[in-house]
Amino acid sequence: MINIEQANREATDRMIEARPVLVGLGRALDVIPGMREDLLLHAGPPITWERASGPLKGAIIGALIFEGKARDAAEAERLVTSGQIRLEPCHHHQAVGPMAGVTSPSMAVYIIENKTHGNRAFSNLNEGYGKVLRYGAYDESVQARLRWMHEVMAPILRDAIEASGGIDIRALLAEALHMGDEGHNRNKAGSVLFLKALAPYIAKAAPSSEVASDILKAIGDNALSVLNPVMAACKAMADAAHGIQGSTIVTTMARNGTDFGIRVSGLGDRWFTGPSQVPRGLYFPGFSAEDANPDIGDSTITETAGIGGFAMATAPAIVTFVSGTPKDAINTTLEMYEITFTEHRYFTIPALDFRGTPTGIDIRKVVETGITPRINTGIAHKEAGIGQIGAGLVRPPMSIFEEALVAFAEEYGF
Amino acid sequence: MTALKAEVRRSAYYDSVVLMQLQRALAALPGVLDAGVVMGTTANKDLLAQNGLLTAEVETAAADDLCIVVKAADEAQAQAALAQVDDLLRRRRHDGDQGYRPKSLATAATMLPEAQWVLVSVPGSYAAGVARQALDLGKHVFLYSDNVPMEEEMALKETAAAKGLLVMGPDCGTAIINGVGLGFANRVRRGPIGLVAASGTGLQTVSSRIHQLGSGITHALGTGGRDFSERVGAVTARQGLDLLARDAETRVIVLISKPPAPAVAARVLQAARATGKPVVIDFIGYVAETTRRENLHFVRTLDEAAALAVELADRTTPEMSTALPPFAPSQRYLRGLYSGGTLAYEALLLLQDMLPGVYSNTPLDKTWALPNPMQSREHTVVDLGEDVFTVGRLHPMLDNDLRIRRLRQEAADPEVAVILLDVVLGYGAHPDPAAELGPAIAEAIAVARDEGRHLEVVVAVVGTDEDPQDLNRQSEQLRAAGAVVFTTHQAAVAHAAGLVRGRTSLSGLPPVSLAALTQPLAALNVGLESFADSLTAQGAGVVQVDWRPVAGGNERLAGILARMRGR
Repeated sequence: MINIEQANREATDRMIEARPVLVGLGRALDVIPGMREDLLLHAGPPITWERASGPLKGAIIGALIFEGKARDAAEAERLVTSGQIRLEPCHHHQAVGPMAGVTSPSMAVYIIENKTHGNRAFSNLNEGYGKVLRYGAYDESVQARLRWMHEVMAPILRDAIEASGGIDIRALLAEALHMGDEGHNRNKAGSVLFLKALAPYIAKAAPSSEVASDILKAIGDNALSVLNPVMAACKAMADAAHGIQGSTIVTTMARNGTDFGIRVSGLGDRWFTGPSQVPRGLYFPGFSAEDANPDIGDSTITETAGIGGFAMATAPAIVTFVSGTPKDAINTTLEMYEITFTEHRYFTIPALDFRGTPTGIDIRKVVETGITPRINTGIAHKEAGIGQIGAGLVRPPMSIFEEALVAFAEEYGF
Repeated sequence: MTALKAEVRRSAYYDSVVLMQLQRALAALPGVLDAGVVMGTTANKDLLAQNGLLTAEVETAAADDLCIVVKAADEAQAQAALAQVDDLLRRRRHDGDQGYRPKSLATAATMLPEAQWVLVSVPGSYAAGVARQALDLGKHVFLYSDNVPMEEEMALKETAAAKGLLVMGPDCGTAIINGVGLGFANRVRRGPIGLVAASGTGLQTVSSRIHQLGSGITHALGTGGRDFSERVGAVTARQGLDLLARDAETRVIVLISKPPAPAVAARVLQAARATGKPVVIDFIGYVAETTRRENLHFVRTLDEAAALAVELADRTTPEMSTALPPFAPSQRYLRGLYSGGTLAYEALLLLQDMLPGVYSNTPLDKTWALPNPMQSREHTVVDLGEDVFTVGRLHPMLDNDLRIRRLRQEAADPEVAVILLDVVLGYGAHPDPAAELGPAIAEAIAVARDEGRHLEVVVAVVGTDEDPQDLNRQSEQLRAAGAVVFTTHQAAVAHAAGLVRGRTSLSGLPPVSLAALTQPLAALNVGLESFADSLTAQGAGVVQVDWRPVAGGNERLAGILARMRGR
């Protein structure tokens, strides 16, 4: 007989006790399990070219140009629609990527190792703001940036990470949460901590002070530079909790710009998907909700692991994206306690008297209360190549939790 | 002709979120067509240019300069918008003064852990589910909702009774707990009278009248209109009577209901008799054969009920409800060890109205026969003069040995609170029973004390001061040994029963903790917000639950969730 409580206890214990450490940087083809020359990884649940949204298509085109496999959009599209290039979710390969999340074979990826359970997770490098591949931009400026990142920055970053002996991302996050980050939309403090940890080794590894300066500036100017290692760390934590027989804990939440998908610890690798929503939030000058693409990216792995929107109470500034008050930030976190199984032991919230963040989304509680997870997210333009146009809050569709619950009932005979 | 106005503030850093907010606030002002608020980085300036918001002034801005651009229908409106920038930047939304509204009862319970009560006033089809959650959380339930199916009511009350919890209702409109009115209740003075009522307006009428007459209420418990039906069996009323019996502040009890089914009436009246307190009963419209039976007083109207209750309360005094001895939690039972057969029989007769059930080797009803007369169980009265005990030995009126052994046996039982003995004096009886029983009683009390228990020994002495043993001398010796001595049997039995009555439930149901009534009232409210408001106004702690039907009312999903909980 299945004991759901016990299974969930085990799943969340594993999620919380996982200790993800950034141990290195490698080429996707060399380090990501199952990565192939003819494969592109993307954010969210599986999708075809035909159903893909603008930003994802743009990122696919950009990645194939970066790989030297296509010269333009038309050629890239032919490669994908003809089946010469395959698309698979990052999540099928222990990887995650923000926004479009497109990761190609020769891209550099962070290597995260869970020191408690031994599993690894991977994520690509963050390009910064503006016109970037992850928002579907693929013109020459994007390509030049990617080339610099891979040819100049990545080898030095790899050496610096190795020389540092590894960066404990769980400890970094715990500290960043006390500095006003929630680890998803706001990573200002975490990125500075990341820079602080790597700077001495970058200075040593760089061939010249010029190059060192460029790299330090690239990391320091980008308040999201730590987002990708954080996401991979959350992936390592969530994967540690996956596959527990009888557990109703969500171990994946991800969007491909068209569908929002979840997976559940006790239901194997099956996706439950529904339409991705357009976030509610603030837009950059000249943009509005009409320009927005439906929610996209694997970054919801942060909420899955108990931070991001769930830790909103630590990052009151985020809530102003939707004209909220600091009290609303607290209330957001309080609401998430209603749908989570437990509280985190390492991620704590000063404003709530150091209560642990709500951790382990329980599909039973989501369906019972009608409360869906709150997600902090960036907003992409719906057309490829334009990039980020705002930031805000979004929730997954209720239907996917309901479907997962029904599937769980069938699987376990309830 | 539109107007474009800009302002650049040098070296003014703002978080990008603040800027976006300001931009949105500006764009919402009258006459404003578009607005841009950015730090003056090259990328941002490009962005402004693309949107036709770049001015010459902004072009000169540096990366750490704040650029504010407004496009408005005319110059005046653009200027007016820019003039508001400081106000908008300073503006603080008033901090939401209400705290978090929990969506689930479980969360509400963690927010107000001292809450012992849950008020439920959601639509009837959901009410039982909410009440069940409350019971699962160990809370008492005030169930205002009506249209709760009979089967649900029975199941809820059965669950509640097994857990020692109360379900007042369904369709319970009113109650007063510890001076705080729930649902519809009048502002009534505190006083010595407790109410149990199946009728909401009946409860309000009687409690108000009691107030008008200058007296007051301890607690007024509603049961819901169907509690006295045959199928429900007055579970809540019996629990309520039991609670008020144990509540030291309550000196008189009023019981109000429509005439119950005969079988239910018998059980309720037994519970009322067993309270040992005056109970005024108004089975509305029912003409009782008598106006008085022991502690029960029958009246025919609500006004009569109030008037009589006040009169009876005036006649009783607070000290009549004395403090109970410091028994250990395990001590719950009475053991009567009789030498006289008729006295044992009378004890059983008297106790049947005072205790839920008494085992005996000579029971009034075979279901209460002791399987082994040598071994007591729960409440027990044994006649040690029966043949099974006297084979090969003298009658216990002559030979104290058998009783002293049994006394030791009972005193060693951690479940025993009170031992009741008869001592019969006179010609032919033992010449000095106190000389032997006294030391044995003292020893029994000492043994229990050594094991952390408090043992009460109650003795009924039958005889006269002119008997050879001398009633007074015997009584004094027994008192000196630690016994409580009575010279009438009925008083001894009543006293002994009174000591253990609060230890077990009179209703035949597990006892409800008195804390339900005596602790400061705090409650979780699910449903009508006015109930929460009224509790707050009365100074009680309350958390309002932002309730929604389970799974949004989807029965299939709710069914799955219920089955998952059940395993």
